[in-house]
Amino acid sequence: MIVKRKKLNFWERLYLPAIIGGFKVTIRHFFKKKVTMQYPEEKWVVPEGYRGAPYLVKDQEGRTKCVSCQLCEFVCPPKAIRIAPPGPGGSPEAGNVEKAPKEFEINMLRCIFCGFCQEVCPEEAIFLLKDYSLTGTSRQELIYDKEKLLALGGVHQDQIHKWKQKADEALAQGVAP
Amino acid sequence: MSNAPSLPTETKPAPAPVEKIKVRVDGKEVEVPKTTPDPLSGRPLPTTMIQACNAARVDVPHYCYHPKLPVAGNCRMCLVEFGTAAVGQDRKPVLNPDGTSKISKSPRPAIACATPVSPGMEIYTNTPAVKQMREGVLEFLLINHPLDCPICDQAGECKLQEYSVEYGKSESRFVEPKVHKPKHVDLGPRIVLDDERCILCTRCIRFTKDVVGDDALGIVNRGSYNTLTAYPGKQFDNNYTLNTVDICPVGALTSKDFRFQMRVWFLKETKSLCTSCATGCNIIIGSREEKVYRYEPRENDAVNSSWMCDSGRLNYKWIGRADRLAKLQGPGSSAIGWSAALKEISEKLKQAAKGSTALIASARQTNEELYLLGKLAVKLGAMTDSVPRPGEADKLLLNADRNPNSLGARLTGISADPMGSNLPKIAEAIKSGRIKTLIVFGEDVTELGMSPDLLGMLQTLIVSDILPNATTRLAHYLLPGCAHAEKRGTFTQTKGRVQRFMKAVEPPGDARPEWEFLHELILNTTGQDGYASIEGLFNQMAGEVPAFKDLSWAGLGDSGVSIPI
Repeated sequence: MIVKRKKLNFWERLYLPAIIGGFKVTIRHFFKKKVTMQYPEEKWVVPEGYRGAPYLVKDQEGRTKCVSCQLCEFVCPPKAIRIAPPGPGGSPEAGNVEKAPKEFEINMLRCIFCGFCQEVCPEEAIFLLKDYSLTGTSRQELIYDKEKLLALGGVHQDQIHKWKQKADEALAQGVAP
Repeated sequence: MSNAPSLPTETKPAPAPVEKIKVRVDGKEVEVPKTTPDPLSGRPLPTTMIQACNAARVDVPHYCYHPKLPVAGNCRMCLVEFGTAAVGQDRKPVLNPDGTSKISKSPRPAIACATPVSPGMEIYTNTPAVKQMREGVLEFLLINHPLDCPICDQAGECKLQEYSVEYGKSESRFVEPKVHKPKHVDLGPRIVLDDERCILCTRCIRFTKDVVGDDALGIVNRGSYNTLTAYPGKQFDNNYTLNTVDICPVGALTSKDFRFQMRVWFLKETKSLCTSCATGCNIIIGSREEKVYRYEPRENDAVNSSWMCDSGRLNYKWIGRADRLAKLQGPGSSAIGWSAALKEISEKLKQAAKGSTALIASARQTNEELYLLGKLAVKLGAMTDSVPRPGEADKLLLNADRNPNSLGARLTGISADPMGSNLPKIAEAIKSGRIKTLIVFGEDVTELGMSPDLLGMLQTLIVSDILPNATTRLAHYLLPGCAHAEKRGTFTQTKGRVQRFMKAVEPPGDARPEWEFLHELILNTTGQDGYASIEGLFNQMAGEVPAFKDLSWAGLGDSGVSIPI
């Protein structure tokens, strides 16, 4: 298709009226409230429910909540999650939970922040927090391992204490949990 | 092999034809035999409703029923409604006005696994009452169940999970605390028991008592405190314990080897064969991302029923060993490519005088590979043999012959009679200088009377193997081969059943299936072109080896074909 170029009239060809028009817009905005943010010195406060990077959390007692059931690894659409289960010995530090991940990696370059992992987690162990600016100087640096994910995730204020309840109930019946 | 009576084999004389009766399952008419042989003794037992439902392809949920075990009837999950043909006071069937037999519906349900069928019986498995009964039974089973699916190894292949999806409630009505029982009980060297998950179906008890003959397990305490346990002071350590992990419908019995290793939904299932003895148990290899995680038995009533031994099941770790041979090596351990190596080898073999070559193959190789090696041996006029691997047999599955394909080695003409009797002759001929070229596949000949010094006298030593040993270190040409899980092929098991296996994982590094490079080597050496596909190769072998007459790769199917031996 050929677009016909409209012939400019004299007034338009003068050039100055357009310049003045532009300056008028600038002057108007000069006295308005500023909308620009001095990123990265100034950070955007994300709204509630924002889906940022997924991190692992610990409970109030300091136990890694993840039990390496690998449902998030299964459900993850871009296959960003990799979990190494603890193997036959289990995880002695997890007490009556028996199982914790030996290794847990999220490749933040692959992650699409869909939140399926948080939704599928039966233990409330992984949450999409509010981090949105993940940077690194190599691909390797952006594969977050278990320690990093736990450090970034912090403590989850667990209200249910599912496993503790189980252990207390068993102890009350005289059975080793 | 001495077979236990518990394993039905097709070599048994065919039983006399059994009277057939007609029943209706959910309105669909099926004809079933009046009696069905007991899975253990072979005695005729009345055909049950669950067998009739299976024949009608109607699924009836169940936990304690297992087709290969005696009926216990304790889980109550298979409750169905039914009606029988009404009989009048004159002992004659009462007929409807339209001439059909009148059905008198039973006022109460019955468990399908233990109720015999009668002629004209109608079974209803999809009525609202049956659904309510299943929901009720499931609710009872879940009262004390810990619901720890996220950490349970059975999750994904758990009947309790599956039926909970179909018949379970989303919330428990039970507010009292659950009964707690011992967790991670060490039952034996290979089994960990979680008593809280157990639903007391007694499959494991019946298996170990009636199939294995080791009455090691039982249930103690009463009511909600019912607990599965081993006999006090006794270990559950027979060679078939891991089958109880397979038949456990929940995650109570777990394998120490597979515990917390991988979730089952990630495992790719490949139909294969156990290679630990000549029985040739059919198995499923569970693998993920080129790593083998477990073997499980695959049902084949002509070979292993639904079971396999623990020693065979756990004999898989060598497949993923770090020191697997993965580099093709030429003279002086030099790096070389496949086509160059095969060309050099075939030049040497072409120049070798007839009769100056010997070939030692392994009875762990497939029929196809042994057939190709046999062709090569004929061309070279080579003396051939393979190596016997005697062991101790048991009364169930384990064979005294620990080679998976001894019969194949015999039928393809590789093995001497008896197997191994040519080995001293080959050693003698090397010593006398008559044999200058030795081809070894999958065996360490330094353990067979051919010392490293003796092998040093050879002009050419061509070795193909999977793992390093003293012979591979001396090889002039080292051709890395594949484990059975890394290629396709067939084995002939001890009773003459030709069975095929499929590829589960990729071979490491340079390693290639032996039949693949043997095909090229034979083409280079003899000019005979064969098939470059396993299907074609098998069919070609079936045409040339009399014992495999009339067989075809496709015709073998998943359960194999028996040949007369």
